Amino acid sequence: MKFGIVVFPGTWSDRDCYYSISNILGQKAAYIWHKDTDLSGFDCIVLPGGFSYGDYLRTGAIARFSPVMEAVADYSQKGRPVIGICNGFQVLCEAHLLPGVLRQNDHLQYRCQWTYLKTINTSTIFSSKCKQDQVLKIPISHYEGRYYADDDTLKELEDTSRVVFRYATPAGQVTGEANPNGALNNIAGIVNKQGNVLGMMPHPERSCEDILGSTDGNLIWESIIASI
Amino acid sequence: MPVSREQLEEIALSRKEYNLIVQKLGREPTEVELGLFGSLWSEHCGYKHSKALLKLFPNKGKYVLVKPGEENAGVIDIGDGQIVGFKMESHNHPSYIEPYQGAATGVGGIVRDIFTMGLRPIALMNSLRFGPLSQPHNRYLFGGVVGGIGGYGNCLGIADVGGEIYFDDCYTGNPLVNAFCLGTGKAGELVKGRASGEGNFIMLVGADTGRDGLLGASGLASRTFEEVRELRSAVQVGNPFMEKLLIEACLELAKTDWIVGMQDCGAAGLTSATVEAADKGGSGLDIDVQKVPRREKGMTAYEVMLSESQERMIVIVKKGYESKVRALFDRWELHSDIIGTVTSDRMVTIRDGGQVVAHAPVEILNTPPVYRFRPKRPAWLDGLQNLNLSKIKDVPSGQAGKILLKLLATPNICSKHKVYRQYDHQVGDNTVVLPGSDAAVLRIQQTPKAISMVCDGNGRYCYVNPFLGGVIAVAEAARNTACSGAKPMAITNCLNFGNPDKNDVYYQLQECIKGMSQACKKLKTPVISGNVSLYNETRGVAIFPTPVVGMVGLIKNVKHHCTSAFKHSGDIVFLLGNPGDDAGLGSSEYLELIHGKVEGSQQIDLETEKRLQDCVIKAIERGLLNSAHDCSDGGLAVALAESCIQGGLGFNGKLDIKGRLDTALFGESQSRIVVSASPGAARRLESLAFRFNVPIARLGTVGGTQFNIKGHIDLPVSELHQAWWNGL
Repeated sequence: MKFGIVVFPGTWSDRDCYYSISNILGQKAAYIWHKDTDLSGFDCIVLPGGFSYGDYLRTGAIARFSPVMEAVADYSQKGRPVIGICNGFQVLCEAHLLPGVLRQNDHLQYRCQWTYLKTINTSTIFSSKCKQDQVLKIPISHYEGRYYADDDTLKELEDTSRVVFRYATPAGQVTGEANPNGALNNIAGIVNKQGNVLGMMPHPERSCEDILGSTDGNLIWESIIASI
Repeated sequence: MPVSREQLEEIALSRKEYNLIVQKLGREPTEVELGLFGSLWSEHCGYKHSKALLKLFPNKGKYVLVKPGEENAGVIDIGDGQIVGFKMESHNHPSYIEPYQGAATGVGGIVRDIFTMGLRPIALMNSLRFGPLSQPHNRYLFGGVVGGIGGYGNCLGIADVGGEIYFDDCYTGNPLVNAFCLGTGKAGELVKGRASGEGNFIMLVGADTGRDGLLGASGLASRTFEEVRELRSAVQVGNPFMEKLLIEACLELAKTDWIVGMQDCGAAGLTSATVEAADKGGSGLDIDVQKVPRREKGMTAYEVMLSESQERMIVIVKKGYESKVRALFDRWELHSDIIGTVTSDRMVTIRDGGQVVAHAPVEILNTPPVYRFRPKRPAWLDGLQNLNLSKIKDVPSGQAGKILLKLLATPNICSKHKVYRQYDHQVGDNTVVLPGSDAAVLRIQQTPKAISMVCDGNGRYCYVNPFLGGVIAVAEAARNTACSGAKPMAITNCLNFGNPDKNDVYYQLQECIKGMSQACKKLKTPVISGNVSLYNETRGVAIFPTPVVGMVGLIKNVKHHCTSAFKHSGDIVFLLGNPGDDAGLGSSEYLELIHGKVEGSQQIDLETEKRLQDCVIKAIERGLLNSAHDCSDGGLAVALAESCIQGGLGFNGKLDIKGRLDTALFGESQSRIVVSASPGAARRLESLAFRFNVPIARLGTVGGTQFNIKGHIDLPVSELHQAWWNGL
């Protein structure tokens, strides 16, 4: 299968996604320039992390108006898989392909650290290779990662099992201490109603090799590959 | 036109230097020419006070590809067609005036030095010094600097893998902010910073030019700290997003054959970028400042040439390729403007529309005078170097645990996670050893290799004994490198000193450089790049002489790397190297924290040091070690405690103490490494040490939850962890 990795001005985890997908998972990958609109050759679209357009104005606020984002919206409406990582998650929220918003971390500092994600829903195309409640070690790196949505939206997300990952302790307990940014309900990743668009703050492309400290990110990539 | 004293002061040139310019040119310089001289002859660009001493540094080695001064950064060959370039640079003065932007643009500048050469920057480190955090202003500077490093670096997608942070009174009002950047690339693809080929175009790329940072090189970097407070406008404002676009565009351009060179606009902006490129290329240049896009109206030619607006590059484009180059930058939504051409007349010609405002030989402009001073050994050093232990009370046995907790909690020793968690240290998918161990380790993708990076310096050691302090700065960096399993390859450095016009400061500079040179020769780590920051003083009081060493090492197989944390219960703990003596208490953290004294010279024997390092590298390569940790600040007890804390494991051991207890526990005797090995590997390790003629002593075993040094300290590791974790 072939992954398409979107490159906005200021994106930086495009290279890490490319490296992991092609060298570790052995899949095809290609970059998609933010002005391109033809996504027909791709089986999955990746919106990687970084600071698209410098994150000026508001994270993801400018990137959502890129030509490629219209194509991504069309692509997702056809039920095809889209994964937004970190800045990609922020862009998906700004583009209303996912509900809610990523606010500044509650401690008002950038945070780069390992986090432990409890898999809440294993029936999505992004988590089918995980076991129920499996804890994944995947790092975060962001300043605006505090997931927020209004009460109704949050209730809907929870009622329809659209929270895929929550920040937890290494033992899998969902606690305030395990929450690195103040996200509501410890939310680290959610899917849209149709279940084909995932947004997550942690970086699975950084945890695909033992030498880098974890291979748990592969479970997410392998789930996508298995779904195609 | 005779020049006024005020004019000379503004550009920090002396009357004597002015007269030399007149003599060389055979006439009075124009206003713009004077501005060019002021910048190019500043210490920051011209190294006029330090050049004679910098020649002492060894800079040759079989894998050195680019030596200091040749290009923006030094480059080494790590084999198989791969090259690594790195450099460290100071941004002390700007960071004092405006800590966030000062530190941010320090990062921006050093990153440009790397990608200008066609190397992809993959890692950053910082060496920082502040006054005690008990003072609100120091805390403000600390917060601003850390914020600026993170704010800028995180946006670029370059892993910031840590560094070092120290606090001392002498840095109050004079913080040190040194940024270290490393990039990788392929041999044969290096881009040079030269302008050559008559008729080729000089293109200015990136940000528009404004008045920010005017006179940064001559204005800020040549003044002491109380003079610069009013020069806030001389600090530049960074735009990391623009820099990120420049990185990608320039690296794309570096792969084409459309250009002859690239040079970043750093200190002294367009002036140094163009003149240095012309000098290296053996050419001249003809620039029209009217063609420089500006963000402010009414700027004079003088201001345009001396602006230090950030995120700008000079590209020397081959004639005929200009539209291709412009299309590339357009794609990245970056400005690119042809501002002049390369000439063959070896003259710098600056026009302001129809009027020539400067016309001077490149060679005169770029050949600042070289000063030698008469260094004088300060009389106060004698008293300082003498450690009178009879006046210092030893630690009563019952108090040792309490003192250990105090040392672990002191900001110079405690965990710096509150700082480095604000930096993205994993982007790039290369970081194998995260910040917090002796050295950071980054793998080189698609090879079995890895490189290590460390920053090291100890101002206190250098203050008490400038020569040995210089030796130790290099030796300790190499020891940390060895503890990661890497073979030390080469160094970069930042020499942070006071006003060199003072004899004792010049003496410190000379002795530190001599000491560093001796260690570099012995440890086979040539100096491939560096930077000098002088005039670090406030109200006539200089900082501790603080040379900071940035060292890069090579690991042949990343599988065989090592960290400082204990790994397994039951492992045996050894002390490799020097057993230690009372000299280890000299200028130690313990002596200052507990007894309020800074005195006594450390000692080091480079032969012992080299054998120790070779032994540890070999032991790691053979898979004999599960941990290795340099004994440095806080001595053996702190080193053991840190390995326990980081591994979440206890230690149970006994020390063979003959003399003073504080010497044994907290002395910082050099050339010592705490290692752990599985019981099965212990014998082989002992015989390896014997073969390398390195002393080895069994200290105890890893395991349990207590930190126990029999008869002296018995504390839960959790308590040590708490003290160390919450120190900042």
